[in-house]
Amino acid sequence: MPAGAADKRMGWVPAPQQGWVAPHIASEFPGLGIAWVEVDAKPGRSPEPVRHRLRDLSDRTYGSQAIRLRERPIPWAYRVFFRQIGLDPDRTRTPVEQLTLDRLHDGGFRSHGLPTDALNVAIVETGVALRAFDAEAIEGRLCIRDTAPGESLAGQTVEMAKGTLTIADESRPVAMLFGPAADGLEVDKRTRRIVIAAVQVKGVPQIAVEEALWMAASTLEAA
Amino acid sequence: MDGRFDSGGGVTTISGMPRLLDQTFQGLGVAVDEREARLQLRRQIARLEAELSGLFGEAFGHTEVPHRIDSIAGAPRVLDLGELEVIRDRLADRVAEARAALVERARVEDENRRLVERMLEAPQDFKWVQVSRQDLGLHGCGHWHSRPRLGPIGMLMGWWRVKVSSGCPLAGRLAAVEHEVPARQAEHAATRKAGRCT
Repeated sequence: MPAGAADKRMGWVPAPQQGWVAPHIASEFPGLGIAWVEVDAKPGRSPEPVRHRLRDLSDRTYGSQAIRLRERPIPWAYRVFFRQIGLDPDRTRTPVEQLTLDRLHDGGFRSHGLPTDALNVAIVETGVALRAFDAEAIEGRLCIRDTAPGESLAGQTVEMAKGTLTIADESRPVAMLFGPAADGLEVDKRTRRIVIAAVQVKGVPQIAVEEALWMAASTLEAA
Repeated sequence: MDGRFDSGGGVTTISGMPRLLDQTFQGLGVAVDEREARLQLRRQIARLEAELSGLFGEAFGHTEVPHRIDSIAGAPRVLDLGELEVIRDRLADRVAEARAALVERARVEDENRRLVERMLEAPQDFKWVQVSRQDLGLHGCGHWHSRPRLGPIGMLMGWWRVKVSSGCPLAGRLAAVEHEVPARQAEHAATRKAGRCT
């Protein structure tokens, strides 16, 4: 049996790579970090096991849990971070709160195909904020930094205000932190390799970040 | 609000404090590092957010508590000392308002509890008064209702009692109703059709 097939059967995914945070940002926000894994994936309709898992998650998510969600350590940590960077978490929702709200609104977690479903399962299970990028468009390591004057996201005409926090690669910002991504960085039908990135904030344990990345990556690898 | 709560619960206004610090220390030729102050404010924001989340969860279903705070920035960025103070102060205000709302709600529920006790002791003094379980902060359906025994006769004779409703409809009964309605409709349709034929 080829080694790759054996690895796939065992649910093997590559170890997460740790990105860096600009020193002056890291000194303001101890505990802020970014980690990612890169996996082969083919975007498209989710297979039945993934959709089954979404249905199972829907059955385990109730309105009362949604209310108490903000008291759980990881969702609370993201709410706090949102406040600290000037966002209102009741308007710009944290990823896990947005998904939980959608679950209540739609009556269940709707399938949006891969890789979105894989990320959603991992976000709901762990509470960790994840997002996906087209790996071919990423240059080098990911980092969290603030924008320099005149920088903007690819495809957007309006330049970002100086000091806006972004996820960036070694050449340019690829997405606003907890905001929109640059054109060409989103996963689309032509994407063959995907970078799954987790944004860690103070209060989110490293083990939760690794679990979230493993969960999303193994779901994509198995599909 | 631009201020800081002191240990005694009063408010010490520190409007423009960062500017004042700058001016004072610039005169002395000393650089002021605000980073430690910002870190301290972020810790306070975290603590207040936890408190507000707890109060929000506690109040949900009983009363509405104010918990919204407008965003300071359009996009995520490192906030300065003044902006962090604004968020901290607004959070502190919301926490205080939420606590007050919960205390007020508890007071109303206590009053309703005492009202039910008085209704049970002397139903004739509280004619037609109805208190629900929700009014007492209890979960589920049901209410206490002061009503006359035997309808109009009881009204004329002054025979009043507090009737306690039997609570929420059972799931089995609801399911039976759901099954019963389509069955009846089908039966009526069949009867009408048979009637037309004959």
